[in-house]
Amino acid sequence: MSTRLPKLGRLINKDKAVDFSFNGKHLRGFEGDTLASALLANDQMLVGRSFKYHRPRGVVASGAEEPNGLVNLGKGAKFEPNARVTTTELFDGLTATSQNHWPSLEFDVGAINSHLSRFMPAGFYYKMFMYPRSFWKHVYEPFIRKAAGLGKAPKDRDQDAYEHFHTHVDVLVVGGGIAGLAAAHAAGERGARVLLVEQTADWGGRAVVDTPQIDGIPAQDWIKNTVEALDKMKNVDIRLRCMGAGVYDHGYTLAYERLTDHAPDQEGPRHRLWRIRAKQIVTATGAIERPLSFAANDLPGVLLASAVRDYAVNFGVSVGDRTVVVTNNDDAYRTAITLKQAGLDVPAIVDARTKAEGDLINQARALGIRVEMGKGIAKVKGGKRVTGVAICAQAGAGAVLEEIDCDCVAMSGGWSPVVHLWSHCGGKLNWDADQVMFRPDPERAPTGADGEPFVITAGIANGHLFTAEAVSDGWAAGRAAAKAAGHTKRGAQAPMGEDAAEGQISPVWLMPQGASHDLRAKAWLDFQNDVKVSDVQLAAQEGFESVEHAKRYTTLGMATDQGKLSNINGLAILSQSLNADIPNVGTTTFRPPYTPISMASIAGVAKDDLFQPIRKTPISDWSNDNGADNEPVGQWRRPYAYVLQGESVHDAVNREVTNTRENLGLLDASTLGKLIVKGPDAGKFLDMMYTNMMSTLPVGKCRYGLMCSENGFLMDDGVVVRMAEDTWLCHTTTGGAESIHAHMEDWLQCEWWDWKVYVANVTEQYAQIAVVGPNARKLLRKLGGMDVSAEALPFMQWREGKIGDFDARVFRISFSGELSYEIAVPAGQGLAFWTALMDAGKQFGIMPYGTETLHILRAEKGFIMIGDETDGTVIPQDLNLQWALSKKKEDYLGKRAHSRSHMADPNRWKLVGLETEDGSVLPDGSYAIASGTNANGQGNTQGRVTSTYYSATLERGIAMGLVHNGPDRMGEVLEFNKVDGTTVRAKIVDPVFYDKEGEKQNV
Amino acid sequence: MLILNCPYCGVETDETDLHAGGQAHLKREGPGSSDDDFEDYLFMRENPKGVHFERWRHVYGCGKWFHAARCTSTLEVFGTYPAQTLEPPQEICDKISQKRPGWSWGTFK
Repeated sequence: MSTRLPKLGRLINKDKAVDFSFNGKHLRGFEGDTLASALLANDQMLVGRSFKYHRPRGVVASGAEEPNGLVNLGKGAKFEPNARVTTTELFDGLTATSQNHWPSLEFDVGAINSHLSRFMPAGFYYKMFMYPRSFWKHVYEPFIRKAAGLGKAPKDRDQDAYEHFHTHVDVLVVGGGIAGLAAAHAAGERGARVLLVEQTADWGGRAVVDTPQIDGIPAQDWIKNTVEALDKMKNVDIRLRCMGAGVYDHGYTLAYERLTDHAPDQEGPRHRLWRIRAKQIVTATGAIERPLSFAANDLPGVLLASAVRDYAVNFGVSVGDRTVVVTNNDDAYRTAITLKQAGLDVPAIVDARTKAEGDLINQARALGIRVEMGKGIAKVKGGKRVTGVAICAQAGAGAVLEEIDCDCVAMSGGWSPVVHLWSHCGGKLNWDADQVMFRPDPERAPTGADGEPFVITAGIANGHLFTAEAVSDGWAAGRAAAKAAGHTKRGAQAPMGEDAAEGQISPVWLMPQGASHDLRAKAWLDFQNDVKVSDVQLAAQEGFESVEHAKRYTTLGMATDQGKLSNINGLAILSQSLNADIPNVGTTTFRPPYTPISMASIAGVAKDDLFQPIRKTPISDWSNDNGADNEPVGQWRRPYAYVLQGESVHDAVNREVTNTRENLGLLDASTLGKLIVKGPDAGKFLDMMYTNMMSTLPVGKCRYGLMCSENGFLMDDGVVVRMAEDTWLCHTTTGGAESIHAHMEDWLQCEWWDWKVYVANVTEQYAQIAVVGPNARKLLRKLGGMDVSAEALPFMQWREGKIGDFDARVFRISFSGELSYEIAVPAGQGLAFWTALMDAGKQFGIMPYGTETLHILRAEKGFIMIGDETDGTVIPQDLNLQWALSKKKEDYLGKRAHSRSHMADPNRWKLVGLETEDGSVLPDGSYAIASGTNANGQGNTQGRVTSTYYSATLERGIAMGLVHNGPDRMGEVLEFNKVDGTTVRAKIVDPVFYDKEGEKQNV
Repeated sequence: MLILNCPYCGVETDETDLHAGGQAHLKREGPGSSDDDFEDYLFMRENPKGVHFERWRHVYGCGKWFHAARCTSTLEVFGTYPAQTLEPPQEICDKISQKRPGWSWGTFK
């Protein structure tokens, strides 16, 4: 049974009790506990169920590598799934519930999967769910969706605040153990600007538990002195609860600081994402202990030896009364010694090595602990927790020699340096066969812009497992990093550590080494994803020989712990199965973040109003006060319609269409792109940009122009205006203003850089208002100013002058087919001009109209819209716009592409109008059905709908579409599919539905 | 998250201030070019593991296009230079030769 030890508990304050609940049970821990230590102190060994087989699982580790202890934390707006119990600091009122079981943690129906495990081997999902195909949609997918995912997604909005913090440092040190502290100290002394981050809530790493001597004093005193010294240095910042999450190109690093997770009532942001530009990075990230692979090593009560020691020393928690230690190295003896000295029973140390000598072994023997060399664990006994172990010869096949009663097993398979941050940006690893570990290869470090390494690894993370090496390596790394960042001041001597003499580790990947299939099928590698030794062996046997393939086939290392415990053991098993050396099999790719970081920290403050800027025209506020139902158009919000009280949006659109055709409509067209192109070579340049000729456009006139990409595809359109001999104004689509400006800059800067042209984007400098309808001229005459008669200002011309008191440029252009003036005034005058028009227009039946009416009016006239009729694959010829392709010009962007064979093919889908036989509105994007099927067995198609509306003018549905050889098939009836599975018949007609002769606009 | 030096304003700029523009030193093919040449110009791109020449625009800065010579596998930057040129400056080629003897890229070496 697990309980508290009276004398130990370095991190807890036994005078301050903390109340919390787990699965509704009210429990008590102490200030300084983690949720894991508090649960263990309350004898809560069972904390969750595994992913695939729903096996009972307990805490295995004491840090970020914990695979099993994942819980739902909090409620409502504070709810968070998959919180790791080992890294969750206890606070008063914490509520946690376990995950992945039904109906309860103690009794889980899903555990039946465990008995079916022989039918669910590696690759089960791939094999099982292939056939019959029809089962996928109705049987397999719903089943997988139900089973997938640990924890539950939060339902409420996150109420906490999150932020980003940008900083530049000379040296970033990741990891606050003795190597990291030494590195920060050495770099700080030399005058470098240093940031030291440590993921846990206290400094010192493992040294505070294992208490070696440094500089002749106990490690904890040396750590305290060093932290105090760092605190005093003005050029050094130190941060606890701040994890180095990822290292990226050229020294960019993300660190994840958890500010109030441990104190939820505290003010301020919950998480802070540090976005760091570091000249040099020291990764002093320590190492993670490996489990051993023996049968039933996943039972609650089987822990890493270091974790058992951590819980005893740091939190005063004994995981069990009787602990069997099983190991292949000397470090685990520290656990046995610690437990024995705390008065607990250690019935045996099972050591897989045939022979080993060392101070720790001698010390354990001297304490009277039985040491069994050359032995292994055949299997762990127990159901929901450990009740004993069966001992066997490591060299054998698992014949049981003896059974030992115990309630805890402390295992150690050796240590793996945390090489994640080293590897994120390309640092390579070497296999160290003596120490049985992958360690960073300093010759192949991540390199920066200058081609020189920018990451130095230090201490245990660098494969220096012993105190003396680790602390001096950290110091040297800090000094080297400061020097590489340009700081060479002299500093003090490196600290000196002392170590016990230890024996050689011996690689043990399976226990016992000849374990039978039954034992191997119960020997877990990946606890969270339920991957066993037998699964990896099966993957190898079935040909998944690449470590990356084996990973995906078995899901080894794909859980939220990203294989921190399982990866090395798994690839060792894979290499054995393939008869290959471990370095030849290699590792899977280490990808950031090191442990999961909150999505909200990535967003930071970029949410709600700050998610992205909203662009407003001078008239936006007026529109919002007058019933605008807005739609997003890029970063703009444009009124879709102006809805009157008691009216539906659909009613409003029909009213606006009819009123504009019969009386007078007003459109805020300010969002349209306005680019000034000016210079001696501006005409030549525009002749290259547009398919039609712009250099010959006379001053005072307007011309509709098309722009193609070099691929020949239509990318933008708009009216081009000749303002002066050397100046043109190019109108672009609303969405195209910035991209077309950039497109022009690209060609001017990179291809025709000797042409004398400049381009200015003046989109926001002008408000532009379209005055549209039969009464348009009457309104402008009423306001007075310039002559707007048909003679003085004919169609497709423009004049500069006064309208009323306003300085205005008046363009006689029409996107509606009505008599229409688009009038630009300085942006600051936009609202005044708009309200002047609205007031004066009352007697002429003026009404504002929105983008939907704009669309319907243009569709009735058969005008195309970029983004509706075009989708990046459409060329002008498809839209019957050959007239806009200049034959006189030798060259323009897209001209060469139009002569490519597929572009010049007469058999293309081309623009036509479509009229349903029943007058209904065709579904947008619907396809015209053709006979037969294609190579994939899908029905053939012969066209698609590109624009479709209800026309209030014609009182029926109208549509445009691209149809195979469409213009040659007038009058033919096609069948279009609908979402409900039925079809609707529509006739191919001319795309101009209204006023074909243009009598209404040319008045 | 590369850092590149903008050769126009001289500042060390973060990748977030830049816009990537693909391969540098393309030769434009217009009307009259053969189908093969035009296809090469439109679609065929170098994809080296090693020395590469790229187009970048300092879009949230001076707005100028420039070229960068860098190593795609080590992220080393050999230099940046204005886009108004048909070939990389000799000093950058020399620097690359020094660090990557025997390099070649397209018609450059």
